[in-house]
Amino acid sequence: MMVTIKKGYDIAVPGRARGFADRDIIPDHVALLPGEFLGTRPKLLVREGEKVKTGTPLFTDKGNDAVRFVAPLGGTVEKIIRGERRALEAVVIRTDRQKGRTAPGPRIKNAGTREGILAALLESGLFPCFRQRPFGVTANPDDIPRDIFIPAMDTAPLAPDPNVIVAGREDLFRRGLEIIARLTGGRVHLVVDGSSKSPSAAFTDVRGVELHYFKGPHPAGSVGVHIHHIAPIKNAADIVWHCSVQSVILIGRLFATGKLSFEITAAAAGPAAASPGYFTTIAGARLDTLTEGMSAGENIRRISGNVLTGRHQGTEGYLGFYDNLVTLLPEAESRRFLGWISPGLRDDSFSRSFLSRWIGTLAGRRIDTNMNGGVRPFVATGLYERLLPMDIHPLMLFKSIHAEDLEEMEELGLLDIAEEDVALCEYACPSKSEIQKLVRKGLDLMVRES
Amino acid sequence: MRNGREETMKPLEKILDAVKPHFRESGRFGRFWPLFDSVETFLYRIPVPTKSGAHIRDSFDLKRMMIMVMLALVPCIVFGTYNVGYQHFLASGLPGTALQCLAVGAGVIVPMYLVTFGVGLGWEVLFAIIRKEEVSEGFFVTGTLIPLIMPPTLPLWQLALAVTFSVVLGKELFGGTGMNIFNPALLARAFIFFAYPRSISGSGVWTLTQGRVVDTYTMATPLTSAADAAGSVIGHLSSQGYGFTDMFLGFIPGSIGETSIPAIAIGALVLLVTGVGSWRIMLSVFAGGLAVAALVNALAPGPEGMMALPPAYHLVMGGFAFGAVFMATDPVSAAATNTGKYIFGFLIGALTIVIRVFNPAFPEGMMLSILLMNMFAPLIDYGVVRSGVRRRKKHAAR
Repeated sequence: MMVTIKKGYDIAVPGRARGFADRDIIPDHVALLPGEFLGTRPKLLVREGEKVKTGTPLFTDKGNDAVRFVAPLGGTVEKIIRGERRALEAVVIRTDRQKGRTAPGPRIKNAGTREGILAALLESGLFPCFRQRPFGVTANPDDIPRDIFIPAMDTAPLAPDPNVIVAGREDLFRRGLEIIARLTGGRVHLVVDGSSKSPSAAFTDVRGVELHYFKGPHPAGSVGVHIHHIAPIKNAADIVWHCSVQSVILIGRLFATGKLSFEITAAAAGPAAASPGYFTTIAGARLDTLTEGMSAGENIRRISGNVLTGRHQGTEGYLGFYDNLVTLLPEAESRRFLGWISPGLRDDSFSRSFLSRWIGTLAGRRIDTNMNGGVRPFVATGLYERLLPMDIHPLMLFKSIHAEDLEEMEELGLLDIAEEDVALCEYACPSKSEIQKLVRKGLDLMVRES
Repeated sequence: MRNGREETMKPLEKILDAVKPHFRESGRFGRFWPLFDSVETFLYRIPVPTKSGAHIRDSFDLKRMMIMVMLALVPCIVFGTYNVGYQHFLASGLPGTALQCLAVGAGVIVPMYLVTFGVGLGWEVLFAIIRKEEVSEGFFVTGTLIPLIMPPTLPLWQLALAVTFSVVLGKELFGGTGMNIFNPALLARAFIFFAYPRSISGSGVWTLTQGRVVDTYTMATPLTSAADAAGSVIGHLSSQGYGFTDMFLGFIPGSIGETSIPAIAIGALVLLVTGVGSWRIMLSVFAGGLAVAALVNALAPGPEGMMALPPAYHLVMGGFAFGAVFMATDPVSAAATNTGKYIFGFLIGALTIVIRVFNPAFPEGMMLSILLMNMFAPLIDYGVVRSGVRRRKKHAAR
């Protein structure tokens, strides 16, 4: 089935990674950040100075001890970072670079049953690979998901190509799909980029899953859009899981080889990346190791993830558990004289009020971290409506969250969305509203109520 | 690096950086920070980095949006300036060159703009200082619109009162730009309409005269004139010098900016091309006006009276086109949903014709119908959103 998405926009961010992963970067440091696993509360299991191996649990979920978050690489716990009110922010490991990156996985007792698979995933620390909708949180192993979605496409700015991630690991991916299919009573939906000329056979030649093709501008590759168009969320108890291509490979590796490894394929890209490209590394790797010698210019923001939804933690950042991308973005620096009336040959905009939208850019886009304007109240410009390809009135939904009207939020479609689906609205918002934060606030409110 | 930047800094930036500390919270003029901020952000797009959420933001902001509307209004301002002078010379029977026409017009319009912006921005800055917020740029569009929908003879003190009413009661009391229910520029006009009706109705106010008016010149606007027509309404209009072409081109008395269809069309094009104005609203205002005018016209008992006015005439007379393009499309006071915009626009067009035809007290219905629909816009949106909710529920139940 081909679904063509019309609403949306591809931001022309320069510096896309090309080619294949031709380097291998073993980081000096890796970290696991509890804040990424929304819906869980960390219970710390290690102390500073403690030795850990690949797969040693670092913390578990207070709500469910069985959900473990493990060391992606062996070494010594160097520091435990706490934030406001002593909230656990990061567990940082100085790695033993000499030792191998794989460790024996847990003994898999019964890979033919849901219980056997679930037990192995939980023990290995791979279970958090699954995230759920509604609410966009880490999956709960006690739920049986109605369906599982695997987006084998990513339309976010500079997103790594899933075909590159799966290259050479096709068998692991297929094995992972088989395993995942046993976790749901329903279907596994694999969504492939319909505009890709030669999608990997790992995506197109698969059995036991339902294959869908989506094409169109971002967010056509966002899992929320896929769910909305293929099998929408009916209510707060209608749970589906989703999982990235990278995660399917990690799971496939465990079940195919019996070994646990957090080796991933990632890309470094962005306007400030001197030589954008792919490499293999370890989940949670320290960002400056990954981008060494790559920064073009000074004062650069290193983002784990893409420019819309990614995370930035100052100079010492780490690759997120779910991320396969480091974006290097120049920080906003100089003032621009009478910026509001410039013809805008180099300014990127979804609106059609800059020349760049009409004649393209000869000089290249000027994309940096500038807010490009002051914060104002919502104005109904009709821009959101053109950027969210769902049967939802985004402005009305956002207003209902502002008003903290729970019933209205649900009726207007909050269960269908998470931050990544509305990140483009936030990008384009002329009032510079914090829409992702607003949507998270609404989702948190609903979780608390249900 | 730092030194390098300082060397390349322009003198204006140096001045801004030098006075900036005084406007900080602890500074001598800390209370006036919004004033400094508005000057700085007017002169420069300042590098404020994103802190949370999306790391990059669209170059488009409300300032840019406002400036696009102001650019779109330039043809109307220029033609309006010319036409004020042109009507002046026509009424006095004296010959006037194009330059003289512009000069006379400028003599009217420049003071009107000075008063509008002086008073309006004064209030905006005052409210920004009290609220400790940035000065909103919303007034720039409102302020550009207000003189264009006023008669050229309006006393400046009345204009100042109208602007005050529109900014303070129409907008700031609702919480500022983005929170208002009614189109602020139209509120200014409505204020004059109800508080000083003699300044904005009848036939004496639409032309700048110096006492002497030649017999061949009609002071009334075509709409007033058509309402009073005896005999064939078209015949009456053309006998007054209001042929369709004149009314289309705009060489007629009326509110300063509303008369010229070509000037409005250029503005509409700018709004549509940049996507700043809603095509849904513009299209449906014209559709609603044409539909009702055609219906009324078909039912007209004879060639006399407003009922007999052909639909195309309605669109080129009075403030219909100007209102459809620049007033109904105000994103704050219009319906916000796409379906709602069609309904909102259609009803504005339809109501305007109904008021014009059936209510002799108000020959011009555009202002009232837009204000009325401003009031109903939230209700229209509510209906559209509810029907969406029902559709989604049905879809989910499958």
